Amino acid sequence: MKRLILALFLCSMAGLSLAIDTGQAFEDPEMQARYEKIISEVRCLKCQNQTIKDSNAFLAGDLRREIRRLMTDGKTDAEIFDFLVERYGDFALYRPRMSGVTLLLWIAPGIFLLAGAFVAVRVVRKRMSMPIGLDDETDQAVS
Amino acid sequence: MLRYIAPLIFLAVLIGFFIKGLDPDRDLNKLPSPFIDKPAPALDLPNLKNLTERVTSADYEGKLALVNVWATWCVGCRQEHGYLLELAKEEVLPIYGLNWRDQRNEALSWLTQLGDPYVASGYDADGRVGIDWGVYGAPETFLIAEDGRVLYKHLGPLDSFIWERDFMPHIRAERGVEQ
Repeated sequence: MKRLILALFLCSMAGLSLAIDTGQAFEDPEMQARYEKIISEVRCLKCQNQTIKDSNAFLAGDLRREIRRLMTDGKTDAEIFDFLVERYGDFALYRPRMSGVTLLLWIAPGIFLLAGAFVAVRVVRKRMSMPIGLDDETDQAVS
Repeated sequence: MLRYIAPLIFLAVLIGFFIKGLDPDRDLNKLPSPFIDKPAPALDLPNLKNLTERVTSADYEGKLALVNVWATWCVGCRQEHGYLLELAKEEVLPIYGLNWRDQRNEALSWLTQLGDPYVASGYDADGRVGIDWGVYGAPETFLIAEDGRVLYKHLGPLDSFIWERDFMPHIRAERGVEQ
């Protein structure tokens, strides 16, 4: 029985192994690794929460083909990302580059961290300056 | 004082984000085109109706023109087709087609059956030119200025309301300057 369940389970998972990228792989494993890294960082514009590596939308296929072609032409990663941003905008990249529009996106976490630190320091300072035993205003009000 | 104002400001910013995020008119599929106010990408494709001829950007150079991305598999394209025919009939401006990732015989019979609003359609069978134009979903419509800049890009089917609201102000501005 256990075996049967295991077999059924494995059968049900078999679909996962169906390749999405049906294009010809690079012969050079280094190139192939580079290619896979690039396509896992490019958004499929048609299916916005997928990378073009995971998507079988035909647009994703076209973009993979285009990236493969650019790589064969000897373009660097930066040039390939430029090619995409020129045509589809910053949104095409999962790691948007720093520019006027995306600046807020990049610095916002820092701003939140600083704001949090500022509040924490203020609270700690205030508590340190209080007499021992009174650790906030409610206590003070009660006593 | 600050301890009352700071949370209020924080709340106001948060509410601002929610209002933007929950706006029912917000369409996440609509992305700003990086081509606005920049030179339109080159177009150089075989003519759909006669593959030995070519349709190129030179055809509409010096004219205010529309480049419309269409395909027979695209439902929105069928939806807007009637309106494109109307625009062509009124001769508002020349319309060029970019037949994107389509079957040629189907595209041809579409034009015979439904009418052909295009001065000419380029046949982009493998979607290469589509990528150059940043196309990610048909129908897409580009308004090209006389000097070849992209004035406006619309994603989705066109209709008279969208035309009046989004395209006409650009067209009037362009034509007003030259007169």
